[in-house]
Amino acid sequence: MATVTLNDATFDEHVNASDKPVLVDFWAEWCGPCKMIAPILEEIAEEQAGKIEIAKLNIDDNLDVTRRYDVMSIPTLILFKDGVPQVRLIGAKPKAQLTAELTPYL
Amino acid sequence: MTQHCKVLIAGSGPAGLTAAIYASRAELAPIVIEGEPSSTSDQPGGQLMLTTEIENFPGFPSGTTGPELMASMRVQAERFGARISTAKVQRVDLASSPFKVWVQDPETPEPTYRCDALIVATGARSLLLGLPGENELIGHGVSTCATCDGFFFKNQQIAVVGGGDSAIEEALFLTRFADKVTLIHRRDKLRASRIMQERAFSNKKIEIRWNSVVTRLHGDGRLDGVEICDTLTDESSDLSVTGLFVAIGHQPATEIFAGQLDIDELGYIVTGSGSRTSVDGVFACGDVQDHVYRQAITAAGSGCVAAIDAEHWLANLGS
Repeated sequence: MATVTLNDATFDEHVNASDKPVLVDFWAEWCGPCKMIAPILEEIAEEQAGKIEIAKLNIDDNLDVTRRYDVMSIPTLILFKDGVPQVRLIGAKPKAQLTAELTPYL
Repeated sequence: MTQHCKVLIAGSGPAGLTAAIYASRAELAPIVIEGEPSSTSDQPGGQLMLTTEIENFPGFPSGTTGPELMASMRVQAERFGARISTAKVQRVDLASSPFKVWVQDPETPEPTYRCDALIVATGARSLLLGLPGENELIGHGVSTCATCDGFFFKNQQIAVVGGGDSAIEEALFLTRFADKVTLIHRRDKLRASRIMQERAFSNKKIEIRWNSVVTRLHGDGRLDGVEICDTLTDESSDLSVTGLFVAIGHQPATEIFAGQLDIDELGYIVTGSGSRTSVDGVFACGDVQDHVYRQAITAAGSGCVAAIDAEHWLANLGS
């Protein structure tokens, strides 16, 4: 598995301690566009393994973190560096566009 | 390297995928350019990807869902050999067959594909209100996808703009989460089907504001209300809502064909005699050429027509 799964209990420790930027994918089972970008995120995780870590957070089961970051639409992707949000991407997008929007922060 | 194919299908809603099923069974080895991921209806699978229950597609007596139906059609098309590419058509040159199609950089001299026949099934994309701040508030209270975002409005007051089947479906779906759903509609009656209207009228959580349009979005960084103007009295009032779902209709995705195919004043591709367009060898099906019926089943039916028209046209070309 190229991506890691986070939950309310593990989120802070993981995101703060990571030595790489962590892109958190806020998603849910019932969200079509989330499913559409899931394989793209897997690809990015593999291709940019040294530069970025990709983590998934299921919003249905993890309302604390979801509320804390004011997520109101999914998929939402937030890139964290040393635990601090750097950029927020809302909505499904093609791979080239996702990569282009993330690159300046890596 | 430009790839050559007999039939290229642009779009992957019910029209495009039905055309793909028929064209692949006719051994035309179609290539489907299905579109790219997005959170609007401009995505692989099309508008149905943003719907929930489908109750009127024949063959599903207990209903199905839009994404399930589209996933099944995709598998069915691939089963007979259709090749599906997750990309978007950026540019076409329809001067003569084989037609040129670019899917990546539209500026490169060589097209990505050359196809003997082209089936246009690019569908329609959802319209936004066009109000200041709207784009910035998408994902912060403004939404075009009730199934994606309804969950975040539990116990809240929200509004839906529109009066067609999609608007009513969204409003009904959102009552699962929200305390109250105000339906804002610019006319004095709904365009939606009778069964959907009755469901809306009998739902206690839905209130309808007739003859009303949204004229302003309130909220700094996050939607907290909208200004509504009554079109009869011209009086404005504020409605406090945390969510606004826009379902005011669709616009055919025909920009890349402008100047090359006959397009009517509403932006739809003009078809005559089955699915034929103004260019010999180019066929159109689904919502890109239909502003009357716009149903999954009519789109699928017209996709079948387009594939058969293309097959006949190619056969005559060879003889």
